[in-house]
Amino acid sequence: MSDPILSLSKLNAYYGDFQALYGVDMDIHAGEVVAIIGANGAGKSTLMRSISGLMSNASDQVRFKGEAIGSLRADEVAYRGLALVPEGRQLFPSLSVEENLMLGGKVGRAGPWSLDTVFELFPVLQERRKQASTSLSGGQQQMVAIGRALMANPEVILFDEISLGLAPVIIKTIYDALPGIIGGGMTALVVEQDISKALEVSSRVFCLQEGRVSLAGATHDVTRDQITAAYFGVVA
Amino acid sequence: MIEWINVLVQGVLLGGLYALFAAGLSLIFGVMRLVNIAHGDLIILAAYLGLSTTIMFGVHPFAAALLVLPVMAIIGYVLQRGILNQTLGPDILPPLLVTFGLSVIIQNALLEGYSADPQKLSAGAIETASVNVGSLTIGILPLLTFAIAVAVIAGLQWMFYSTALGRGFRAVSDNQDIAQLMGLNKAHVFGLAMALALAVTGIAGILLGIRTSFDPSIGGGRLIFGFEAVIIGGLGNIWGTLAGGVILGVAQTIGAKIDPGWQVLAGHIAFLVVLAIRPNGLFPRVQH
Amino acid sequence: MRSPAVYRATRASRIAMVVAALGLIVLAAAPWWAGRADLRLMGEVFLYLSLACLWNLMAGYAGLVSVGQQAFVGFGGYMLFALTIFGGLPPIAAILIGGLLAALLSIPIASLIFRLKGAYFAIGTWVVAEVFRLTFAQIASLGGGSGTSLPVGIVRSLADGRSAREALSYWLALGAAIVVVSAVYLFLRSRRGLALTAIRDSEVAASGLGIDIWRTKLEVYVVTSAFTAIIGGLIFLQKLRISPDAAFSVNDWTAFVIFIVVIGGIGTLEGPIIGTLLFFLLRETLADFGTIYLMVLGVVAIVVMLKAPKGVWGLIRDRYDLELFPLSYRIKLNDPKDP
Ligand SMILES: Nc1ncnc2c1ncn2[C@@H]1O[C@H](COP(=O)(O)OP(=O)(O)O)[C@@H](O)[C@H]1O
Ligand SMILES: [Mg+2]
Repeated sequence: MSDPILSLSKLNAYYGDFQALYGVDMDIHAGEVVAIIGANGAGKSTLMRSISGLMSNASDQVRFKGEAIGSLRADEVAYRGLALVPEGRQLFPSLSVEENLMLGGKVGRAGPWSLDTVFELFPVLQERRKQASTSLSGGQQQMVAIGRALMANPEVILFDEISLGLAPVIIKTIYDALPGIIGGGMTALVVEQDISKALEVSSRVFCLQEGRVSLAGATHDVTRDQITAAYFGVVA
Repeated sequence: MIEWINVLVQGVLLGGLYALFAAGLSLIFGVMRLVNIAHGDLIILAAYLGLSTTIMFGVHPFAAALLVLPVMAIIGYVLQRGILNQTLGPDILPPLLVTFGLSVIIQNALLEGYSADPQKLSAGAIETASVNVGSLTIGILPLLTFAIAVAVIAGLQWMFYSTALGRGFRAVSDNQDIAQLMGLNKAHVFGLAMALALAVTGIAGILLGIRTSFDPSIGGGRLIFGFEAVIIGGLGNIWGTLAGGVILGVAQTIGAKIDPGWQVLAGHIAFLVVLAIRPNGLFPRVQH
Repeated sequence: MRSPAVYRATRASRIAMVVAALGLIVLAAAPWWAGRADLRLMGEVFLYLSLACLWNLMAGYAGLVSVGQQAFVGFGGYMLFALTIFGGLPPIAAILIGGLLAALLSIPIASLIFRLKGAYFAIGTWVVAEVFRLTFAQIASLGGGSGTSLPVGIVRSLADGRSAREALSYWLALGAAIVVVSAVYLFLRSRRGLALTAIRDSEVAASGLGIDIWRTKLEVYVVTSAFTAIIGGLIFLQKLRISPDAAFSVNDWTAFVIFIVVIGGIGTLEGPIIGTLLFFLLRETLADFGTIYLMVLGVVAIVVMLKAPKGVWGLIRDRYDLELFPLSYRIKLNDPKDP
């Protein structure tokens, strides 16, 4: 098997004195879609922040295409081809829809994604391109957040709870768009509390519990009971 | 009657200079929520740089600006990345006290280098030239200063809302972490904002130096005028800053007309009155 | 079973008390053992110490960072002159009434400038100080822009003879410093003082505890204004001459004070004391260098703020776990074998 595109080894993360991740190990291969599940507060967002450089770690705890990036700043990580769709969308309120997307393209990497292709993926954004991003509905804002990350033409994209707070019908629209994104060979980490959604799109799954990996395996191998046990920490 | 119209016109034109003092303050507050206590001293530093350049190369102050502006911009970038970036955070004390320290350092360095004697930039005929509009006589220099202020503010507005640089400024101002995820290095973006702010400060310093005499001690006063223009106009509104400068200028010329000793005092009182009745300034930025 | 005991005083703080008491006796006797120049210098030290404690209370505890305290120093100074010359009051009464007037005046000022947040509040206080300076410069009967001297008759009324006057002036400065330091200390130990510390550490938490933040800040502002004006009166009682530029000097009454507090350790009671001593040490050694000395001060303050934000006292305290003014409660686990 080829070398992993992203690999975490004994990743620890701290908020001051509080330790949020304990020795997380993970190997992700190019083209994989991996689900990260876990209860609220398990450390999923912390994991995303650590990988994307928003939290600094020891350099070799995170490797991307063989390079130790654990201690790089988020902007340096972004230029290397790793993008995060952050939890809660986090659009820039002072920027229009189009400007949000253009800022995503700031790193200037070559690839299939551009304003035009993002608008093809989410046609409703085209009509609203000049609007303030705050004037959009939650689902549309999520589309902007995803489009903004795609504009960087990343090799690995991280989704942090993209269904959070959205109506089921909107969630469906967004998840229906995922194959169009991942189909192009992009590697993806999908963080979800909604387990079924995550399992549907992924080939492998990791479950986090109180900062530790409590379950790892191929999606079609793990059972419901295993997940329940890993998720809630009860022995099934 | 015509006398008072004249006072009004002079005040408006003076307001252009104050808007230039304020524009830099407004820009850096907008991008990084930093209030630079040394801002006034940096204006005076620019005036002295202009003085040295005109003497050394025997050039007109406007030509000296070609050197002073980039030098101020470099000073701004280095200052921001070397010192000020380290002070930014939730606590307001470090930036305040560090820029206060800078203010004292700059002031005394100028005193050491140039002495306390008042200096002036001589710009030749333009200083006394004027045009007659009806029975009003309007100085070319104040008119030019005002036009430059309008141009600078229009330029900043355009930069902020229509360029990639401005997009970066707004993004970092909105959310530093997420901006960083988009590949913006905030330390560099802040450096650029300070560079731009000090380039504007350079313009202000040269125009100030042509208009009046200056010495190392007057920086604090210029900071206050700029600050008053920002607050009167409303935080975060750059055209409001021009309006704030104009209101301050008019208040000062009216004060001076009543009694020469009241010029500056009248400006302060106008500021306090605005603060009392419209604490958010006259034209606060509309939140959407 | 070990039962925890909560206490405030530490061995160091008790030793400090004894040393301080002895030190005060020696200091009070200074007019008999110190030369005239030294006495004057020490008086100045005490007045700066008082200003530093007051500024520290505002900025380090109440989060009110002012760069305009010269407004009240100058106001207190001018009230001394105005109330003695026109009101015929004895100087000490004039100084105290000056403090009272400053307190009254500070209320409407606060209602205006409290609308400004953070750093803008700081510049707002400076504007107020400028308004004071320009206003007093307009009062012809107090000498306008060039200022005035305290009439000889009033100076004479203070005490018989020059050395008695100088001793009195010194004792007033020493007394003021003692009053200010103890008042700030006792205030910070009180319920309201603890509330202040809570505000500093978290405004949200403090308002959750039912503490009226605005009111507490206002109280601190008013009280510091009054004390600052009284110190201002004493400063100009020493100088015997006043002018708007001297009275409302941002360098003399605010910049130096800020440097003292920052270098000594902001937000600690010991900081201003250490800072004052360091400041005068630096000043007496570098005074001949004038502007260089100020630049050095500025650089030192910036370095301290960036590298050791709790100042010299913070460094000492972290290293030795010392507290001379016991403010924090300590918990000791009593070992039954070692009662
Ligand atoms: N900024 C923060 N400061 C302190 N603790 C935090 C912070 N953010 C998250 N935590 C803590 O870290 C743990 C993991 O949080 P997070 O990664 O957000 O979990 P998840 O995304 O799985 O819900 C939680 O216990 C949370 O309380
Ligand atoms: Mg999360």
